Amino acid sequence: MALRRFDLEAGGDTFAFKPETEEKIAFWRGKYPAEKQRSAVIPLLWLAQKDNAGWLSEPAMREVADRLEMPYIRVYEVATFYTMFRLQPVGKYHIQLCGTTPCQLRGADRLKDVCKTEIGNPMYVTDDGRLSWEEVECLGACVNAPMVQINDDYYEDLTEDSLQEIIGKLKNGVEAQAGPQVDRINSAPEGGTAILTDPALFDGSRNEVSRLPNLAEDKAEAPEASSAAKPEEAAPTNTKREVPKDSNTGKTTLISNKEKENLAGERPETVEVTAEEQDDLKRIKGIGPKNEDALNELGVFTFKQIAAWTPENVDWVEDYMSFPGRIEREGWIGQAKTLAEGGETEFSKRVDAGDVPSSQDDED
Amino acid sequence: MSDTFKLNIDGKDIEVPRHYTLMQACEEAGAEIPRFCYHERLSVAGNCRMCLVEWEGAPKPIASCAQTVGDMRPNRDGSAPNIRTKGDYVDKARNGVMEFLLINHPLDCPICDQGGECDLQDQAMAYGRAGSRYEENKRAVEDKYMGPLVKTIMTRCIQCTRCVRFSAEVAGVEELGMISRGEGAEITTYLEKSLTSELSGNVIDLCPVGALTSKPYAFNARPWELRKTSSIDVMDAMGASIRVDAKGDGVMRILPETNEEINEEWLSDKSRFVWDGLARQRLDKPYIRENGRLRAATWGEAFAAAKEALSVSADKIGVVAGDLIEVEQAKAALDLFRALGVNSTDCRPAGAKYGTDGVRERYILNGTLAGVEEADMLLLVGANPRVEAAVWNARIRKTWLWADLKVGRIGEAADLTYDHEWLGQGADALTNVRDTDFGKALASAERPMIVVGEGALCGEDGEAVLASALKLANEVGAIKEDWAGFGVLHNAAGRVGALDVGFVPADDGADTAAILSGGMETVVLLGADEVDLSSLGDSKVIYVGSHGDAGAARADIILPSAAYTEMAATYVNTEGRVQMTSRAVQPKGEAREGWAIFRALSDVMGKTLAYDTADALRGVLRGAEGESTVFSGLGFAPGVRGIEALKQPMTSASAALTSVSFGAVVDDFYMTNPIARASKTMAECSALASALDTPVAAE
Repeated sequence: MALRRFDLEAGGDTFAFKPETEEKIAFWRGKYPAEKQRSAVIPLLWLAQKDNAGWLSEPAMREVADRLEMPYIRVYEVATFYTMFRLQPVGKYHIQLCGTTPCQLRGADRLKDVCKTEIGNPMYVTDDGRLSWEEVECLGACVNAPMVQINDDYYEDLTEDSLQEIIGKLKNGVEAQAGPQVDRINSAPEGGTAILTDPALFDGSRNEVSRLPNLAEDKAEAPEASSAAKPEEAAPTNTKREVPKDSNTGKTTLISNKEKENLAGERPETVEVTAEEQDDLKRIKGIGPKNEDALNELGVFTFKQIAAWTPENVDWVEDYMSFPGRIEREGWIGQAKTLAEGGETEFSKRVDAGDVPSSQDDED
Repeated sequence: MSDTFKLNIDGKDIEVPRHYTLMQACEEAGAEIPRFCYHERLSVAGNCRMCLVEWEGAPKPIASCAQTVGDMRPNRDGSAPNIRTKGDYVDKARNGVMEFLLINHPLDCPICDQGGECDLQDQAMAYGRAGSRYEENKRAVEDKYMGPLVKTIMTRCIQCTRCVRFSAEVAGVEELGMISRGEGAEITTYLEKSLTSELSGNVIDLCPVGALTSKPYAFNARPWELRKTSSIDVMDAMGASIRVDAKGDGVMRILPETNEEINEEWLSDKSRFVWDGLARQRLDKPYIRENGRLRAATWGEAFAAAKEALSVSADKIGVVAGDLIEVEQAKAALDLFRALGVNSTDCRPAGAKYGTDGVRERYILNGTLAGVEEADMLLLVGANPRVEAAVWNARIRKTWLWADLKVGRIGEAADLTYDHEWLGQGADALTNVRDTDFGKALASAERPMIVVGEGALCGEDGEAVLASALKLANEVGAIKEDWAGFGVLHNAAGRVGALDVGFVPADDGADTAAILSGGMETVVLLGADEVDLSSLGDSKVIYVGSHGDAGAARADIILPSAAYTEMAATYVNTEGRVQMTSRAVQPKGEAREGWAIFRALSDVMGKTLAYDTADALRGVLRGAEGESTVFSGLGFAPGVRGIEALKQPMTSASAALTSVSFGAVVDDFYMTNPIARASKTMAECSALASALDTPVAAE
């Protein structure tokens, strides 16, 4: 970044805001409390720049400082910090050429050459006072790269020719059409829209709900689904995705184990019990809500059943639930015996006190 | 939450207040933390990154100056956070910071005035790497004009912004700033205008590199060649602690020394840059006026001429002491002239009405300079501390800024660098001050302070002003057990000392105005140049002083004396604090210390004084064994010891308070005494200041 200094000569000695600007000044100052008026320094500097033919002269900066009762040096710091405050005169049409990566990749360098030949070096004002240009950082219109900003308007999708044409027009005092310089609206596709052209997409007809997924079947009063809206087949997905295979590695989930056969050991006996007779198996250390559900599915509901498991039963259950050795390690049977006789274990006490979050029911 | 926080720094457990910064905590633990931007008397910027330390568990090194201890969290196990200020991690971090700082710093140490006392140099030696890996071009920055005092070589700037913060916070004149950004960032004044603050020279001390250096001192000396002498400044009545750096027989520069009770670590521009005046316009031998022209003479001739001039009737002799008179000279002169029967002796400016009743508390600043930090209300009567005691003004500003001190002022409207309530022009404002909102607040204040300036005491109603200000002080509760919120702010270094030895008219003696009105046959001026000599008529004038100024120009006999850097002399500051200067260089030519001149003259006059050495003279001042006089102890301000005396109302108040404006005591801050008027630097400053009629926007 080049050194930025006030052009003291061109700035003259005086500056006054235009009368119509006063209202805007009052608007910006009104946003800040009386003792924090200096917060309005940037908007006021911006207004001063607008009122001073697009650049901030030294008297203009002093005017802002006087109005906000700030020391000149504090305003000077702000004015020199922000490069959008221009400290030298600019042309009637000041071109800010974006040179940041996306524009640069799309040919901003060639546009710079155009500016150099058509106008001159950056910040040089043509003799007729009409044109000047500078390179700026990203102006946020990358989708229309390369682009320039001329005064308040964006000129986008430029080529050397179109920029040359615009500059030529401005030179001759003809207004140039702002916006994209190719056949496109804003950042819509060039040459008109190619996808999503079906008018039905936009008339609301696709918005109808065919079936409420969480509605019970019998109560469902499904609206008549229009045939047009019905998908012909399942929505396309990433077909290359690998479908998980059901393997018996013992690492898969409990659910897929349900169909397991050839398990070692002997399946424990099942009982039929009413809800009242069921024991809270979670009071056994090692049995959480998931394991309890799995055991219930096996027909195991009471401590008494577990207490009566034979070693073969244990083998079978461990195999089924894919955690070899755990029942013995955690002493399920011993715990179950104690609990079946109405006793308590250290763990069950804590469960009863609600201290073991993993033993709370999922619904809680 | 407890008020303290536990830390473990370099394996040492330490407990510090929660508001401490980590840097303070580390220093408390005995670690040395390098820094550039941090300064204990300025706000924290945290932009140099030199003070990095390791906080165990933190992902990055911590800038210790910007980390408040209270915001830190303990370790996971609840133990105190572990900080390391040494070790590979910290060394590497600082090494990297130093490498970046040096990327754009020129290698011009051999021609840099900061060389030898440069923070960057020292810290590069201690924390930097041996060589540079940087192969690009270095950045170059245009030098900026900042006036006649501060020389800039901005390429050396490392953007610590200490100078910017100083001017905004301490000096209170926002004229320095950092413009542009990134690599283009530069420190400058607004459009390179000259610095206007009377404290601007302090940015030279604050600058950790050689970007801001002393312009008058440029290329004069290297720090290691200088003889450094601790001394006392006499440019104002504060008596700031200074260090006089001399080479050969010349004073090369004057720097402040830290003295929390007086000048903290600042110094006014006049005190700092007056030294070139010590080598100009000096009276280096006695002179006698013959046929209308002064001619150099020997001491013998001069004494003989003086004896003749003093051999008139004692009531036709008047003696006026000037602003810079040291206690020893005042004492010796007073003893001699009293022995000769002279009663017309005065050390006060013309028209002054104080100091004759022998109550010391009524002419010193009992509240003390540092005491203003405890005050909650301050009323300045005819005083303008910004020009009369610039460094104290910074302290008032500090208290106003950080501790909400309210300031009211009677006198000519002036910009004091802080908001204050203007209560009126002249003394009559004192009568109804209690009816104003400010007066009411003053009465309900916890620690109000009333300071009367010398300007208020020199008018017709001077005595009444003092009396009513004292009365007001007693009424609003400014005088209580532990608070003496009343005092006089002097602007002459010698005044309080001379008053302390009793250098006022005795009995029916004439005062300054009367002595100078032309009725005397012989007038002796002891460095008195600030007084109006135009109506002396054909009085014979004996001038004893160090500089050829107004008094010497009018003199018939000149007896050259030493200046304040050339003798060990006693001065009493406006607080009543007795302090001593030290001899940094020899007196010029045949000049002698003031007291010795009068000791020698007393011999010639046949009234030999009873002391042969300065020590013996000071022994007399200290009083006999066991006796307590104001000169018994050095270096302390009496402060609240005087409350009993302050409670006594003044009886002699006669004249009514008038509405005459107090007027400016100091017309030109840079030109208040003969030394300053002899200084080229001060002349430049003065010319700039008077040309400055476009004040910057109000703060």
